[in-house]
Amino acid sequence: MAKYLLLKHYRGAPAAVNDVPMDQWAPEEIEAHLQYMKGLATHLESTGEFVDAQALAPTGAWVRYDGEGKPPVTDGPFAETKDLVAGWMIIDVDSYERAVEVAGELSAAPGAGGKPIHEWLEVRPFLGDSDACHGE
Amino acid sequence: MDTAALRDLIPGVLAALVRRGADFATAEDAVQEALIKALETWEPGRGPDDPKAWLITTAWRRFLDLTRADVARRNREVRTAVEVPPGPTALVDDTLQLYFLCAHPSLSPASAVALTLRAVGGLTTRQIARAYLVPESTMAQRISRAKRTVSEVRLNRLGNLGTVLRVLYLVFNEGYTGDVDLSAEAIRLARQLAAATDAPEVAGLLALFLLHDARRPARTRADGTLVPLAEQDRTLWRHDLITEGVAVLQAALAADRLGEYQAQAAIAALHADARTADETDWVQIVEWYDELVALTDSPVARLNRAVAVGEADGPRAGLAALAELDPALPRHTASAAYLHERAGDIARAAQLYVEAADQAHTVPERNHLLLKAATLHQRLGSPGDAKRLPG
Repeated sequence: MAKYLLLKHYRGAPAAVNDVPMDQWAPEEIEAHLQYMKGLATHLESTGEFVDAQALAPTGAWVRYDGEGKPPVTDGPFAETKDLVAGWMIIDVDSYERAVEVAGELSAAPGAGGKPIHEWLEVRPFLGDSDACHGE
Repeated sequence: MDTAALRDLIPGVLAALVRRGADFATAEDAVQEALIKALETWEPGRGPDDPKAWLITTAWRRFLDLTRADVARRNREVRTAVEVPPGPTALVDDTLQLYFLCAHPSLSPASAVALTLRAVGGLTTRQIARAYLVPESTMAQRISRAKRTVSEVRLNRLGNLGTVLRVLYLVFNEGYTGDVDLSAEAIRLARQLAAATDAPEVAGLLALFLLHDARRPARTRADGTLVPLAEQDRTLWRHDLITEGVAVLQAALAADRLGEYQAQAAIAALHADARTADETDWVQIVEWYDELVALTDSPVARLNRAVAVGEADGPRAGLAALAELDPALPRHTASAAYLHERAGDIARAAQLYVEAADQAHTVPERNHLLLKAATLHQRLGSPGDAKRLPG
């Protein structure tokens, strides 16, 4: 088994095929989307592959050490950045192929018009699992 | 004797050991071991005649063993601390003292919450860790650091009830996560505290918990989405909890020493009293918010008051009240969106709901606000339609 991070972006990913902001969907399309995501997480729990899923707020800050006795420097809460992570799912699966398959199912979540969003998700293997690249 | 009844005895047993001079951390370990022994040795349904006395004796012996082992290991003399200190400690109820100790101002809120759940509530470290979604080792460290911090504290005078109530309030608000129902735990602890003191604010907090918990079955749909108060199916509310909460509140208010929790409970009671959202007595609710603002000067109370004014005197009046408050307040944007929607300014409301969704603190709250935005956009003749790809 190897763990993979499936990353969803607010910004920085290539544009999805069905790229309509969520507040422009019909209410029942939002409900269908939430239902699909919940169903997928439940399914991955039942297959013993689900580890964690979290969503992040769209605002944050860059922070760095600024030397002895000084408070850290911050840039934010609306820091200029090309890349903005929206959330993640962590799965523990048998192979890279399976990780890609799960990411594909997540990306197929219905969006505007009830059609799949075809959203680009980033699939990243965890380091530290000796067989993380097994199957590649 | 079942596990729940056994757990109710924990604070008294632990406090008895501490009052005899046991240091808090070791006493807590000793009580846990006494409980395990009770569960292992008592016949089902046939415990000793006085279970509390049995637990105190067993835990005290265990404490002495632990102390001796500790002493032997460190090659130290027996501590003088195991002698019963004289003084006025016995005047104050043991249970109450334990609450004060676990919510001591020297602890951070997170530590006070963890220690209260462990020492007063008798939850295991694993249960507390799961409830707060942190690793068990992290929670174990948090609890043992908290125990060390309060082990220096002498239990010889009344602590600050306000900090105890804030800790219970934090526990209640955590709600239901994972496999531990923290709202139910907070209610249990508040009941136990209310039995140990007649302070009206304790009763006020218990009433507030009961009245809020009564709405829980109606608060979320099966898919986890939030149902706002006005749209809840009120037949799903727990009327047994409402009846109890109102009775507890009335007894508290009769003492004529109003505090913030009684005021909040009074507002919850007025909501509970309305059979439909339209029957809500918003004028009285605004009056209670006035009391709450006078008692606390809390910006959150002012925000909620503005929304209540919107219901009592119309959305324009609500927006005027809202305009006097800091826009950076949590839920300020969501409240503005709601009041604009009520005022019929749908385009502005939709825009504010989108902004509010970006500022939401929880996923269910964000989903709810996005749904509101989407519903209003649909009513406006969704501009999103134009952008959609052909099917």
